[in-house]
Amino acid sequence: MLLQQLINGLMLGASYALIGVAFSLILGIFDMLNIAIGEVFMLGAFFGLALVTRGMPFLPALLIAMVLAGLVNLVVERFAFRPLRGTPPVIPLLSSIGFSMLLTDTAVNVWGSERTQFPPSVRVLNFELGPILVSSVQLVILGTAVLLMVVLHLLVERTKIGRGMRAVAENPETASILGVDARRVIVTTFFASGALAGAAGMLVGLTFSVISPFIGIEIGLKGVVAMVVGGAGNIQGAMLAGPILGIAEVLSVAYLGAVYRDVVVYGLLILVLVVRPQGLLGAVERARL
Amino acid sequence: MTLSDYHQTLLLLTGINILLGWSAYLPLATGQLSLGNAGFMAVGAYAASLLTVQQGWPLTPAIVVGALLAAGLGVLVGFPALRLHGIYLAIATLGFGEIVRTFFLNFERTGGPMGMRGMSGTTLGMVWAWVLACGIGLFVLAHARLGLSLDAVHDDEVAAELIGLNVTAVKVGAFGAGAALAGLGGGLYAHHILFIEPGTFNFLESITMVLFVLLGGMRTFWGTIIGAAVFTILPDLLRFLKDWRGAFFGALLVALLIARPWGLLPRRTLRIPLRRLARTGG
Amino acid sequence: MLQFRGVSKHFGGLQAVADLTLAVPAGRITGLIGPNGAGKTTVFNLVTGVFPPTTGSITFEREELVGRRPHQVVRLGISRTFQTPRLFRGMTVWEHVLVAQNHRPGWGGGLVLRGARGRALLEEAREALDLVGLWDARERPAAALTYGDQRRLEIARALGAAPRLMLLDEPAAGMNPAESEALLRTLEKVRAAGVTLLLIEHDMSVVMNLCDRVAVLNFGQKIAEGAPAEVQVDPAVLEAYLGTD
Repeated sequence: MLLQQLINGLMLGASYALIGVAFSLILGIFDMLNIAIGEVFMLGAFFGLALVTRGMPFLPALLIAMVLAGLVNLVVERFAFRPLRGTPPVIPLLSSIGFSMLLTDTAVNVWGSERTQFPPSVRVLNFELGPILVSSVQLVILGTAVLLMVVLHLLVERTKIGRGMRAVAENPETASILGVDARRVIVTTFFASGALAGAAGMLVGLTFSVISPFIGIEIGLKGVVAMVVGGAGNIQGAMLAGPILGIAEVLSVAYLGAVYRDVVVYGLLILVLVVRPQGLLGAVERARL
Repeated sequence: MTLSDYHQTLLLLTGINILLGWSAYLPLATGQLSLGNAGFMAVGAYAASLLTVQQGWPLTPAIVVGALLAAGLGVLVGFPALRLHGIYLAIATLGFGEIVRTFFLNFERTGGPMGMRGMSGTTLGMVWAWVLACGIGLFVLAHARLGLSLDAVHDDEVAAELIGLNVTAVKVGAFGAGAALAGLGGGLYAHHILFIEPGTFNFLESITMVLFVLLGGMRTFWGTIIGAAVFTILPDLLRFLKDWRGAFFGALLVALLIARPWGLLPRRTLRIPLRRLARTGG
Repeated sequence: MLQFRGVSKHFGGLQAVADLTLAVPAGRITGLIGPNGAGKTTVFNLVTGVFPPTTGSITFEREELVGRRPHQVVRLGISRTFQTPRLFRGMTVWEHVLVAQNHRPGWGGGLVLRGARGRALLEEAREALDLVGLWDARERPAAALTYGDQRRLEIARALGAAPRLMLLDEPAAGMNPAESEALLRTLEKVRAAGVTLLLIEHDMSVVMNLCDRVAVLNFGQKIAEGAPAEVQVDPAVLEAYLGTD
């Protein structure tokens, strides 16, 4: 029933929010879209899988998966973004698409193209909150997502490196004059973006219990939609739009049928881009000369 | 000398890929990156197939209608696309392509997820006749004043508008013409491959079309010929890569963009018309 | 030739142009001056239809410009240059002037060398490049030009559009005295070719030597108008310039 659907949508949306934030971080600060984040997400799920099947408990597995995912994103930065600095943003976008293809195919070769079971790594307890059934798994997912976003928020708003990130987002030339270390900002941002995507991967593995090397492609697009709907480059916007998108998707499956699911999602994307391109909370426009 | 069936097929596919590459090239020439041309390809493919299989139409008129429908859709999409630039346009076209694919996934008349079969008739000569015709058109465009208009819109829309160019017409026109070429390629492809399903026209296909343009160099239309040819023939030569072909092409794309060899190519191949003029004018 | 009547432009809370009424006479060179941020470039954008005025009308030879899209304004006979040159980086010098002719009726649409009309246009393009002194550089890529040459190319391109009125946005910006001298001569030649000029300029020597009439804007309002010598000693003008120092 409706409330249950809303909860399910919220769970799904938590992952979308994380991916959306991962996109917004890079777009808002560097004006570039890293499509490969979808594959970083997928790799996060597989890294988590590898660790959990070896008996590692949830939390350490999550953290290590996040670190590994962050490192993968740094590799993407090294080859798809750094050498293409100064070119129009579509060029690095295309390069990140190339990376996406590379990573997907590599994953297929390493782990096979079939769907793989994600073993339950959290003790499943079910709680009844009135008319709704909530499982401990869902609480873990929601809690982790919220925690990560709070941590990110603190990073961006309260730390020195966060100030650097905001300065570069505002105006990179001024930022460098003011002594902001561009390299550190780049590394931090890409690492954080990758780590969030990797975390989302593991959480989705937990949600659906099955993963495959192809989950990155779909989630990539959904994450972009979440970002655009919330406001391109706007981190808070992505946090808001993620759940909205998740709920919209779940409701459309429940009431319109599964076939319309993608139409709703992509239709929302186009609607926002054409009618209100700045999204719900306003896009973060990097000052361009 | 007759080519083996195998080589004929390769040549035929190369021709279709050239048309598809040009479909991505035209909007790109006006500064618009479209990642949704598979959607236009699908429209052309399904429309032509419906006409031949269910209405008994002869092949060429059916393909033409398919291309025109795709063009119409392209113009329709081209107008709201004017408001978007760069990556936002790319994302929106990507979404559009996915919407078209989802539409055909649910469209019973074309078989839904089961796809359509029963098409046939594409020949090597037919494909290359189209390639030649379109190629001549593009050649003329590249060396005519209209080609200059496209270049101006590509380089600076604002300045182009302020020397009197109707930027809207140029951009929407390029978008629609690109869609027509994709629809044409789709129709030809459907009647070669004998069976199509919505999964054929996915995001990967759209990206591949852009890859043809990139491989050959974004600045000239004939570069796309090289890109399409290489991309069609190479997978076969690289058979040893087997399951790693996708990874290889992804890595190739990344490497190409880093190396950017096309930066060295001049935009206009034959400067003859201008040179002759320069002598008489000087 | 160009008539502003009660033209105002608001951007949100900011008033960029306030109740501007101004007549730009044909055949003359009119200057539009004023401190930075006075709204001068906004006036140009209003004329060329980049955005519409909040109120008022702008007529060009009796034709209302408000409501027209930029390319339509250009086709009526107005072209412009920009504060910083906006050239077509992938095109040669030649091609800039040629493409500016594309909007004109009867350009043939086909290959560059087609028929008498085509040759006439090519001849005109050559004259435009000759006027600014870039004929010898015609095959050079625009991206390779020096700053001064880029500004000259902008003028040649604007000429290619066959304007009766040309708007020049700070044509002398960034030029040394020798270059400004050359610019003066070029613009005189443009005027002699029958083009009315309206220019925004900060370089007072250019304004004094070139303009027949000058209008002064401050905070979006016209505070003075007249011959350069008159305006130079107008107390309101002096206050606007000196007061902001």
